[in-house]
Amino acid sequence: MLNDKRIKIIIGHYGSGKTEFAVNYTLKLAELGKKVAIADLDIVNPYFRSREKEAMFKAKGIKIIGSSIGSNIGADLPALSADVLGPLQDESYDVVLDVGGDAIGARVLARYHNYFKEGSYDMFCVLNAYRPGTQNVEDTIEHIKGIEGQSRAKVTGLINNTHLLRDTSVEDVLEGQKLAKGVSEKLNIPIKYVSTLEKVARLLPEDIEGEVFPIKMYMREDWM
Amino acid sequence: MAKILMKGNEAIGAAAIKAGCKFFFGYPITPQNELPEYMARELGKAGGTFLQAESEVAAINMVYGAAGSGARVMTSSSSPGIALKQEGISYIAGAELPCVIVNIVRGGPGLGGIQPAQSDYYQSTRGGGNGDYKLVVYAPANLQEAVDLVMEAFDVADYYRNPVMVLGDGMIGQMMEPIEFREPKKRELPPKDWATTGTEGKRKPNIINSLRLDPAELEKLNQKIQAKYREIEKNEVRYEMYNIENAEIVFAAYGTTSRIVKNAIEMLKQEGINAGLIRPITLWPFPHKAFDEIPETAKAILTVEMSCGQMIDDVKIANNGRLPVGFYGRSGGMIPSPQEIVNKAKEMLGGAK
Repeated sequence: MLNDKRIKIIIGHYGSGKTEFAVNYTLKLAELGKKVAIADLDIVNPYFRSREKEAMFKAKGIKIIGSSIGSNIGADLPALSADVLGPLQDESYDVVLDVGGDAIGARVLARYHNYFKEGSYDMFCVLNAYRPGTQNVEDTIEHIKGIEGQSRAKVTGLINNTHLLRDTSVEDVLEGQKLAKGVSEKLNIPIKYVSTLEKVARLLPEDIEGEVFPIKMYMREDWM
Repeated sequence: MAKILMKGNEAIGAAAIKAGCKFFFGYPITPQNELPEYMARELGKAGGTFLQAESEVAAINMVYGAAGSGARVMTSSSSPGIALKQEGISYIAGAELPCVIVNIVRGGPGLGGIQPAQSDYYQSTRGGGNGDYKLVVYAPANLQEAVDLVMEAFDVADYYRNPVMVLGDGMIGQMMEPIEFREPKKRELPPKDWATTGTEGKRKPNIINSLRLDPAELEKLNQKIQAKYREIEKNEVRYEMYNIENAEIVFAAYGTTSRIVKNAIEMLKQEGINAGLIRPITLWPFPHKAFDEIPETAKAILTVEMSCGQMIDDVKIANNGRLPVGFYGRSGGMIPSPQEIVNKAKEMLGGAK
């Protein structure tokens, strides 16, 4: 994962687990000694946004950028912070852009188009084969095209994050892998990560395509 | 892959379409926006009509019209938006029309905030509108239940010719969970021979109206409606009893809060304290009889809500003075933690055990 480009854009359908992946990925980068910033660009969802974990990120020395208005939990206005430009320009940063769901959520990316030079960024599409709208190859490709059109950036990697929350099984992940593989072959985009709960990650076949990326659920409270 | 993962709001929309909902009228407000968004995208494909009204007041009156013509119709909003709809809801109840109203509750009072709350219990069960009317009020605690209850709500509304409310706090609207769609139990639904569908010159016109200037006639309507409510109280009460046997303390909680309470019950068990839960699934009719089934072992009832204490009134009525009734609540969009609930339970049971 150290080979990923400096600017890492995380997109996908809402419910795919984008934010959970983005949070885990950001923490991992910091653990590997990187100077990391995560910008929560989600102006679509009112709940379960990475900005809610501000305290956790700060404690780990990670720069977190939420709304420009403050009030990170209750903000109901689609306000992007000018601070997002800082880590995009400052090349000492690895920056993770946690983008809102679907093409609508990805529209904000067009504003940063100048920073997305080919070869300078990765845009990872998080897939969950249990989400209506991304359950088969055709729909998923349409979904990706929609996001690429709005964001004016190209998907460079797929992340199979197929899950049913805590009930996720190895079979579920492998079912999702079929989808990811189908999309990967059609669009000629590699499967970069297979992201799943630690208990499932341990049981995945070793020859699975993509790097197995075990995650914890940070956004979902224990009682949920 | 029978199950799919959906967000509460869109799952509710999908369930409504599966139940044959043909019209949706609404106006945006967080945290329920994904519901009208879903209906805008999907209802047309299912042969229905989505319309964003110019206001909540307009939306509920469009519901009144569509319901009067016999169509399955739904509206949704969040707390202050539902407040705006109250006049229309009372008219619909007065005209004895079926419809489904979804409230994804946010913190109040006033415009409040966008985080989850349960402070519309009074609004839902006591009525913000005028007159002696009731809504059947369903309070799902997870998305599967939300989907099941929305589908059943349309049948219940048609069966009793009464508006039905599905009350979810913001968490229910915003969270993701695996769901599947299941047919509700079959009910024999009477024909909608009262609907205004055009007489074709073959019958007397049907009239949809809630104005009755003759007091004797209006009282007769009230008596008829009340008889219907007694019927609903007899047939439609729904609740869950959880771990109630040998419970020393019994929680009363609904919706999202009941899930947190279940975690608290686990934590109490670790400490050797037996706790149970009464979870109303219908807030009206309230499950009074569940409180008659509380075992002798229970020393107290603790009501937990994301409000400053509203359902506790019904818990006290149902408890009928038998046990001490305590309260723990968070409000304004704050969510109680299992530990806070455990602490309060232990305090009620008399400190360290």
